[in-house]
Amino acid sequence: MAIYSKEEAKQLLNKALSYSKAETCEVNISGDNSGNIRYARNSVSTAGYQNNQNMVITSSFGKKVGTATLDEFTDDAIARAVKTSEDLAKLAPENPEFMEPLGPQTYAESNQYFEATAKINPDFRAKVAASSIEPARAKDVTAAGFLNDSDNFSAMANSKGLFAYNRSTNLDFTVTMRSNDETGSGWVTRDVNDVSKFDAAEASQIAIDKALQSRNAKAIEPGKYTVILEPAASIELIQNMFGAFNARTADEGRSFMAKEGGGTKLGEKIVDERVNIYSDPQNALVPGGTWNQGGLPVKKMDWLRGGVVKNLFYTRYWAEKKGVEPVPFPSNGIMDGGDASLEDLIKDTQKGILVTRLWYIRTVDPQTLLYTGLTRDGTFFIENGKIKHPIKNFRFNESPIIMLNNLEALGQQVRVNGNLIPYMKVRDFTFTSLSDAV
Amino acid sequence: MSLLGKAIPVEALLAPGLDVAQKKALADVALNTAKSLGATYADARIGRYLNQFVFTRENKVQNIVNTESFGVGIRVIANGTWGFSSTVDVTQAGIKKATEIAVSIAKANSKIQKEPVILAPAKSYGEVTWKTPIVKNAMEVSVNEKADLLLRANAAAMENGANYVNSALFQVNEQKYFASTDGNYIDQDVHRIWPTLTATVIDPKEGKFKSREGLSSPMGLGYEYMDADPNELIVGPGGVKMWKKRYDIVADAIDAAKQAKEMLTAKSVEPGKYDVVLDPNHLGLTIHESVGHPLELDRVLGYEANYAGTSFATLDKWKSGNFNYGSKIVNLFADKTQVGSLGAVGYDDEGVKCKEWDLVKEGILVNYQAIRDQAHMIDQKESHGCCYSQSWNDVQFQRMPNVSLRPGTQKLSPTDMVKDVEKGIYIAGRGSYSIDQQRYNFQFGGTVFYEIKNGEVVGMLNDVAYQSNTQEFWNSCVAICDESDYRMFGSFFDGKGQPSQISAVSHGSSTTRFNGVNVINTGRNI
Repeated sequence: MAIYSKEEAKQLLNKALSYSKAETCEVNISGDNSGNIRYARNSVSTAGYQNNQNMVITSSFGKKVGTATLDEFTDDAIARAVKTSEDLAKLAPENPEFMEPLGPQTYAESNQYFEATAKINPDFRAKVAASSIEPARAKDVTAAGFLNDSDNFSAMANSKGLFAYNRSTNLDFTVTMRSNDETGSGWVTRDVNDVSKFDAAEASQIAIDKALQSRNAKAIEPGKYTVILEPAASIELIQNMFGAFNARTADEGRSFMAKEGGGTKLGEKIVDERVNIYSDPQNALVPGGTWNQGGLPVKKMDWLRGGVVKNLFYTRYWAEKKGVEPVPFPSNGIMDGGDASLEDLIKDTQKGILVTRLWYIRTVDPQTLLYTGLTRDGTFFIENGKIKHPIKNFRFNESPIIMLNNLEALGQQVRVNGNLIPYMKVRDFTFTSLSDAV
Repeated sequence: MSLLGKAIPVEALLAPGLDVAQKKALADVALNTAKSLGATYADARIGRYLNQFVFTRENKVQNIVNTESFGVGIRVIANGTWGFSSTVDVTQAGIKKATEIAVSIAKANSKIQKEPVILAPAKSYGEVTWKTPIVKNAMEVSVNEKADLLLRANAAAMENGANYVNSALFQVNEQKYFASTDGNYIDQDVHRIWPTLTATVIDPKEGKFKSREGLSSPMGLGYEYMDADPNELIVGPGGVKMWKKRYDIVADAIDAAKQAKEMLTAKSVEPGKYDVVLDPNHLGLTIHESVGHPLELDRVLGYEANYAGTSFATLDKWKSGNFNYGSKIVNLFADKTQVGSLGAVGYDDEGVKCKEWDLVKEGILVNYQAIRDQAHMIDQKESHGCCYSQSWNDVQFQRMPNVSLRPGTQKLSPTDMVKDVEKGIYIAGRGSYSIDQQRYNFQFGGTVFYEIKNGEVVGMLNDVAYQSNTQEFWNSCVAICDESDYRMFGSFFDGKGQPSQISAVSHGSSTTRFNGVNVINTGRNI
């Protein structure tokens, strides 16, 4: 049984805690059932089904900590594992950063579970593949795609009386369409918690259209251009930027968030004042988990408001050391947008480049948050408010800090990888070389 | 459950798993069930994957993680279509159920199958075993000894100017049992190790910081890799210390701190064309990205189009027999046999005995990396033996073997190589790396950079990255040091596939020179 209900999970966790003789004990359990299908060359390639369940027991005596885990949830096995964690704790070196378990917390309900998603079967997955492959074949295009769906649960309890439970379903889908003359490529990504909101045919058609429109791309000179970034393009740069929102590395002077002369950039304006980024696990469009692995409640929280840094993440250890409240890493990210559609943004652009997605993004300089990577699967030249022609892919070297300072306009939001990100128009985006890749 | 398995007590790392007879009996349940349900082929992989990770910073042991992952994965062909299922329930009943699911998936998908699977023939080896030839099993060395060594390295870095230092030790033991309807029952015990180190120096007044990563390499070795041995040390241009099959983490920590400090005030590079001299501990990643990946046949054929991408090295270029991948001195080969390499195993994850083969010979593209269901697509009769799965929990597929550059035939040391360079940069260690989805355009950084002027190293450089095109780059290769400089770089967590899987792979080479490479300046003011 890989999925436990809230009551079943509570009973199991209480049973584990009842065996504990340590000063503190914390138990986490999780499980999932997941299925996937992969296709390429307009045919199915591999597909699979997995189920997992796991229990992690952490016992402590002072600052000495031991952990044992098991995937067999019988009474005997659990009792043995609790004892093992205690034996290990007694032998372990002290961990000066160990924090005792939290007491009871109040969590908002998470809205991530949808029964229809949990019931997806191999026939459904095969139909999704067919709804990419059949229209692709009709348009002389080749489809390669991947669908993964999962039903997951997680729960925790500890000797201080804390209990937390979450159940979620997820569906992630991507498909790449390549024109059979090998000169055009299009791509689309979709992710939902509720399968009823997923339309494989609609998504596949977008990728087919991009593949056909991007054929026979022309080369233009690398340099600084105004770009319209689709949310799938900008999200990775924004997510990478959030790696720097760690209070400890900022305090230690080894991140972008460290300030010249000491201290951090908390409270400073670092990007355009129209940039508001926050997290909210209760948002119905991008529901997130309402507690983290240590049991801290995950709540609505501002990160950038009016371009100003409003919060950094603090672990419980670092928060205590600094005398502040801990701030857990968020379970989603939401960036405010505007009313403009993608078409509106294109219409208002004299000269620019439309970017479908960015690929192979890597840190070049953590000091300036400079990243490199390439455009991929649909890059188009815009002139006088219209898409003029497809262009060859570019390598970029750019920092999300510069990108969000050079903001021209924000458009409508789109869900991407569990986040809400708007279309955005940015001036002076730095492309440094051309790529022949299609 | 995490990718790397579940945490377990340290003693469990030494406990024996199921014996071979038990594994054979269980695997036969899968094979027989699959056949009874109409499958034309089946394989079962019973895996026990053990890991130990030790993490430290400055004078603290942050975490010691012991994990074990145990289960079985069953792959079948039914109606000409693959099906896969895995389970933690390694009992006859659990395996039977998982096999039934795998067959049902294959049958459901066969309705949209347009290219039925054709397997290249595989030899039957019967019941065989293979083990990484380690000297010292890392799992048998006490955690205290490992933590002490890392803390000594950290202390050495701090004493030499580092403000912060992180170090870690990754140790992996894959106990893999493979059985197939071709009559193979293969038991393997695979070991890998990787020490890592980062020394950071800060300048709070300027709000600046620089980090220097360790210059170790992940290896297919036991704990003997951590036994420093001066005979395994090579001192390159700029006095940069490099190690072959034994690593001195304390000496490297001292240099890391000193070099990180030097980086804070080093000269920012003037962009332009340079002759670059690349150490094996840097060039390995360039080989990985610009040779290893583009010559994966599944990429070439389009199976990876939706994730990693396709390849510029298309079949027509290979068939022409005259595609100049590199200059005449460029010979690149693949293998899963080099002793000490991450890719070394006796048999791959579909029971094919491992070997060495040429990819690029005297500059010409001559072959790819192919497994059993791909060999017929390039008119070849046998798999190259490079099928791999990161776990029993994931389906096996074509993964990069070790891909290496053969050393030069004429005697040449790194120091001698630099003497001929008028305007150049010597680069050691891995840095930022990015390449397009067909493997044309790439940009690589490094760990340390030294300016070469008129045959002499004149000082350290900052903000260096080189951008090139794969074919142009390999055709600009003008000199390769001899075998005495040959060393292995490794990638411990190479990613590919959907769902994404990791694999570990080595890349051997000697120090190599490329002329007229475009170097950019990555410095920015914000």
